[in-house]
Amino acid sequence: MISNLINRKIFTLLKVQYSNMLEYRVEIALWAISGIIPFFMLNIWTNNNLNESINISDTLLSRYFLCAFFVRQFSVVWVVFSFEEDSLMGKVSPYLIQPLNPFFRYFAQHLAEQITRFPFALIIAFFFFIFNPESIWIPNLGILLLSIVSTFLSFLIQFLIQSIVACLCFWTEKASSIERLLFIPTLFLSGLLAPVVSFPAYVKSWIYLTPFPYLIDFPANLLSGNETNISGGLIMQILWILILFPLFKKIWSEGTKKYTAMGS
Amino acid sequence: MVQNIIDVKNLSKSFDISSKEPGLKGTIKHFFKRQTKSLKVIKDISFEIKEGEIVGFLGANGAGKTTILKMLCGLIYPSEGSILVSGYLPFRRKENFLKNITLIMGQKQQLIWDLPPIESFYLNASIYDLDKFEAKKRIKKLSEMLEIDEELYIPVRKLSLGQRMKSELLAALIHEPNILFLDEPTLGLDINAQRNLRKFLQKYNKETNATICLTSHYMKDITSLCKRVICVHEGAISYDGKLDLLLKKLSPVKEILIVCRSEEDAIKLENSGFTVKNKIKNEITIKIENKSITSSLKTILNNFDIEDLFINEPPIDEVIGKVLIKKDYDI
Repeated sequence: MISNLINRKIFTLLKVQYSNMLEYRVEIALWAISGIIPFFMLNIWTNNNLNESINISDTLLSRYFLCAFFVRQFSVVWVVFSFEEDSLMGKVSPYLIQPLNPFFRYFAQHLAEQITRFPFALIIAFFFFIFNPESIWIPNLGILLLSIVSTFLSFLIQFLIQSIVACLCFWTEKASSIERLLFIPTLFLSGLLAPVVSFPAYVKSWIYLTPFPYLIDFPANLLSGNETNISGGLIMQILWILILFPLFKKIWSEGTKKYTAMGS
Repeated sequence: MVQNIIDVKNLSKSFDISSKEPGLKGTIKHFFKRQTKSLKVIKDISFEIKEGEIVGFLGANGAGKTTILKMLCGLIYPSEGSILVSGYLPFRRKENFLKNITLIMGQKQQLIWDLPPIESFYLNASIYDLDKFEAKKRIKKLSEMLEIDEELYIPVRKLSLGQRMKSELLAALIHEPNILFLDEPTLGLDINAQRNLRKFLQKYNKETNATICLTSHYMKDITSLCKRVICVHEGAISYDGKLDLLLKKLSPVKEILIVCRSEEDAIKLENSGFTVKNKIKNEITIKIENKSITSSLKTILNNFDIEDLFINEPPIDEVIGKVLIKKDYDI
């Protein structure tokens, strides 16, 4: 019953946010294009034959970076910036006195944006295959489904991390600066610039204890068919969600006590 | 007996405010060591509001009216004291409490900017667990009351301020709350839009017996909606009671402009013992105490040859203005 109600709220939120996102389709197309860092990295890797050092073929590497692009497209999160602005401008006040946590709104916004992004990401992938026909592959249905689940879990982890940082707005007002600090390890340790397997062994053992490799590296390896510990990766993703969710709830409940409803 | 729906006891609120000296030296000092001090913006206030009442909160800018409303609706946490609204502690923001209240802030919007208001209405309806049929019924009813129709289907960004405010009201009332917190709802609206909004609020109060707490700098909002006012001065309550009592207390005299048939009559009237404010030819303005107005007018009409007579109420803004700068009004 309760879950039905929440689902109905989320579904309506999603519908409304999707209509809203369609108003910004050009911007979303540009955002999708702006996420092509993995293709630049692929170029650097193949031109310098760096893949030989980690025993990955050109084909597998290009598939990895294409998948990294896809995973990034569907797990990109900006909630800290939205919440910071809404909080500073007092826009969050009306949402706080509604019987739905305002973060559900941001969550639906992100999902709606991902749905809007999907066709643009497909077009970019189409062009990628035109230029790299040897990379064309069809993942089996089971792997495809697990990759979708893993990408969604990656999105959840990032959403929770940023939501926790966003709640720091209640204390610092400029929480996005803290997020910028987190962007550096996200960029280097998530697998966006290089597969985590390419890191030295002693660094890798530490990296796998952080949430970062489960944001892009794990789902991208899973989808591209590279060797990866599927159950271990999924368990780690779920574990991070189980750690981050109560942390978010705690910081949210403490933070709202500090809320001063500035700008309203 | 009408129940208290809002019960506030010894409520206080403090904010930590950081201050900075001007200039480069001040900036550097501020960077290394922040000077913060606790500022008590609400000071030990107590009041009760009964179900169905419309209460106006009056006060100068920064007096603390909006902070009181924010605490009443659970938006901010009180530092000391207790608040019970409809039997709930507002800050706990229990679902049943939130379904009972609404907060409308003039110039602040919850409608989605790029979509027509109707989308936000259905969204709010689902947030408040209304099914589509019920939502449709309420949207129809409220849009008729607010006299909006086509505007529901036009993107919010293309609506005028008045149309937007009406849509904001509809979005905020779709769950039919029992308690309305309105923070300057007519801010920026033209005279007609202000009047329509007031008419709507009166009608809503009459039809649903909703309790309304209102702050406004437009005295017309207060005088046409509120029988009771709570005056806030520097975070403390300086007056809590009936508006007409306050007005009588603050303006115990009325000004009467009398047009006499001749200047001689005006001179005679001038010397008859009334307090004269001014006299120009055959027109004379006198001040009469409210309590003796009937007998004084009878005397004037019986003893002088009067062509015309006007009774002037003192401007309400001027009268209320006195409240905003005084600490205590004992009526």
